[in-house]
Amino acid sequence: MITLKINGQQKNWDGDPDLPLLWFLRDEAGLTGTKYGCGQALCGACTVIVDKQAIRACITSVSDVVDREVTTIEGLHPTGDHAVQKAWRQLNVPQCGFCQVGQIMQAAALLLENPKPNHDQIREAMAGNICRCGCYQRIENAVHLASTGV
Amino acid sequence: MNMSTNPKKLRGFERYVKVDNVSRRSILKGLGLAGGFVLAAPVMSRPGFAAYKTGAGEMPHGTVVDPRVFVAIAPDGIVTIVAHRAEMGTGVRTSLPMIVAEEMEADWSRVRIQQAHGDEVKFGNQDTDGSRSTRHYLIPMRQIGASARTMLEGAAAKRWGVPATEVKAVNHEVVHSASGRRIGFGDLAADAAKQSVPSVEGLRLKDPKDFRYLGKGQISMVDLRDITVGTARYGADVRLPGMKYAVIARPPVTGGKVASFDGAAAMKVSGVEKVMEVKGWPWPSKFQPLGGVAVIARNTGAAIKGRDALKIVWDDGANGKYESVAYRAELEAAARKPGLVVRKEGDVEAALKGADKVIVGEYYLPHLAHVAMEPPVAVADVKGDKAEIWGPVQSAGGTREDVAKTLGIPQENVTVNVTLLGGGFGRKSKCDFAIEAALLSKELGAPVKVQWTREDDIRNGFLHTVSVERIEAGLDKSGKVTAWRHRSVAPSIASTFAAGALHQAPFELGMGLVDMPFEIANVQCENPEAAARTRIGWFRSVSNIPRAFAVQSMVAELAQATKRDPKDMLLELIGSPRIVKLDSVKDLWNYGEPYDSYPIDTARLRKVVELVAEKGGWGRSIPKGHGLGIAAHRSFVSYIATIVEVAVDDKGKLTVPRVDTAIDCGTYVNPERIQSQIEGAAIMGLSLAKHGAVTFKDGKVQQGNFDDSPLLRIDESPAVTNVYIVPPGPDTPPSGVGEPGVPPFAPALINAIFAATGKRIRALPIGKQLEA
Ligand code: FES
Ligand code: FES
Repeated sequence: MITLKINGQQKNWDGDPDLPLLWFLRDEAGLTGTKYGCGQALCGACTVIVDKQAIRACITSVSDVVDREVTTIEGLHPTGDHAVQKAWRQLNVPQCGFCQVGQIMQAAALLLENPKPNHDQIREAMAGNICRCGCYQRIENAVHLASTGV
Repeated sequence: MNMSTNPKKLRGFERYVKVDNVSRRSILKGLGLAGGFVLAAPVMSRPGFAAYKTGAGEMPHGTVVDPRVFVAIAPDGIVTIVAHRAEMGTGVRTSLPMIVAEEMEADWSRVRIQQAHGDEVKFGNQDTDGSRSTRHYLIPMRQIGASARTMLEGAAAKRWGVPATEVKAVNHEVVHSASGRRIGFGDLAADAAKQSVPSVEGLRLKDPKDFRYLGKGQISMVDLRDITVGTARYGADVRLPGMKYAVIARPPVTGGKVASFDGAAAMKVSGVEKVMEVKGWPWPSKFQPLGGVAVIARNTGAAIKGRDALKIVWDDGANGKYESVAYRAELEAAARKPGLVVRKEGDVEAALKGADKVIVGEYYLPHLAHVAMEPPVAVADVKGDKAEIWGPVQSAGGTREDVAKTLGIPQENVTVNVTLLGGGFGRKSKCDFAIEAALLSKELGAPVKVQWTREDDIRNGFLHTVSVERIEAGLDKSGKVTAWRHRSVAPSIASTFAAGALHQAPFELGMGLVDMPFEIANVQCENPEAAARTRIGWFRSVSNIPRAFAVQSMVAELAQATKRDPKDMLLELIGSPRIVKLDSVKDLWNYGEPYDSYPIDTARLRKVVELVAEKGGWGRSIPKGHGLGIAAHRSFVSYIATIVEVAVDDKGKLTVPRVDTAIDCGTYVNPERIQSQIEGAAIMGLSLAKHGAVTFKDGKVQQGNFDDSPLLRIDESPAVTNVYIVPPGPDTPPSGVGEPGVPPFAPALINAIFAATGKRIRALPIGKQLEA
């Protein structure tokens, strides 16, 4: 039996310890905010924050995050009003929206590490997150807005 | 005025997924299940809103203009408006209901959206494809809103005992200004529902100058908040009690099938419950599944791991030798010989012979995969002769039809619940993935989710065609273009539906080949044969991608040959402001629109070129190593022109400092979403130009995920994309927005690269071609 701590709550798992965290979150814990896009750490759709760092849940086993704090979009902010979330809404960032949870988690992790990222730092930090709809210009502007106060 | 209020009619979707905030019981009992009436094609003539016809009536099930189908008002005043088209990022789930709210004078903050399930008899055509929603539904949605308003006004007038002409709906209430009385929509709902539905002909539409929402762009997408907090529900997010998770190993070669398989190792994977063969259809399989071997598990991760452990022997069938390098050579050979003539003006042969100079451009564009961020996925629950589907489908009505046909049950027994789509781009117009889920659910007697992996998406999709476009242009001594022969060779989408389809269909020929707008005396368009070796499907902007690429590259090549400015060359070729006559084209598709309302108007094409040149600073001074390129194209009956600025360093590294695009899409609803569509189209255009290619070897797709099939990332993205929307004239019908931004991007980029480096790229993707 593995015990995980997700958004401050204990979750137990007695299945395959190698199960990618992504599928545990989505299919076993019902936390469907975190998305599948590639399964190979190539797109960032599954980004969650573990301790203070963005990780790709699709290549992280459940056993890798035992005793660590997992934060998903559902736990990012109690009312959904994290500065990044607010900036995203203010600039109407999303199109289809499917990549946006991963983008928001990545941006939130970036701001934990670097509260005032510049243009190049934003582009570098967000380069692992693909948006097929092409919202990049607004993503960049929204990260900038979130870092300067919404 | 009501949708169905019978609790038995509640769709299962609403049991699991939050669709709106309306308490169902609070919705008034109203006019029940009336089917509404069907308009062949809406025509309206109003001051400031002149008559125009659209092709809406030609679509399956046409349009339904009935407020009882689309609008419900609760006693607390909450107005629920049905969104009957699929939301994949264009904002349509917001913009169509917003049109209704505008006309009925509803206050947007008190409007809730209800997503329609698949039922085209009830709602009209739902196929969200072809950049059609606004152009087909602007008027019907206005009529629906105006009908609802008229009924509310009628109810208030009756209650007060005054003539209806004395009352007016204003911001969620009806006002009698003579007496100062006012009454809210909620209080009027029950009485309004008893009013008869007014005839469309007698409706008074709002004067556009009184619009509060239409054309303003200050209303955000209704799903915006849900998207940012992770509660927005996509197909992948639907969960039902007792649901099984499935992935399927499909034949790697189109038309192949399972010869034998061994599932023993897969069954040993923790969480795997079952391994089974699933039915496939012989090629050409239309939208039917490819078949293969399914692994059923307690979660998706286990199903994928189980699938990795399968041992399958495939029978590859007739396409086992499909090979992209050889196929390209076949297409090129075909393009160098005469083909079926699909447009002919003057005598091109003689004109080319008599030309002072002939410039030849042969362009190659490879297969592309849609790669929506949400790969295909669907949930099905089939019980006896009833089926319920949840999924990100572009065509809810088509899905219902195909699922019913495949299961052999009546359509009325199939409920298709449309979730948000995590991108569509044409892939999700094909409902094979929903049929797969239905077949598996039937077999297993339990709800099933079929999840496609990214590899499945890239390897087993309906690919954008692969094409060679060859243009020969003849110039006279003065540098005037006197002859234009364009041969287009590409496997047709028709091959997905019928064996032996060797020529492109009118809807493909009509995307930038036969509708080429240049003023040239001798024009001939030809379509030599090409046999498909894989499934071909619609991809955002479809054949316009290769056509605009070829035509607009050729414009710049002609400018180079005659030492002219490319923008001047483009305007000269477009020629005088006129309506283009295409008498020699047998079946001019024109995006399904009547030519009278939607002609090829070169004045509008010139206008976007001139506008983008002015705003985008054509000819401005730019640093060394930079270049500007321009391209213009009409597609989905909209006009668009793009200027791209590139920078290429000495190692061949390409960056895009700036993009400027002007679009004329006629009367529009939400300029903010137009802007986001154009920004996105620039990214998609750059992505396909730099990286886009699906290639085959031994019949199999050689790519599988974002490592070998890259998509554009933020660090390669244009620094800025400026969008200029041409203000519509009072009579300009609405036209497409979702797709038209894509086609001109790649040629503008390639022309800019030429300006920067002197290197002319004629085959996409760019890949390493710029590296010295
Ligand atoms: S799904 Fe994890 S990075 Fe793509
Ligand atoms: S918004 Fe659609 S993939 Fe990013």
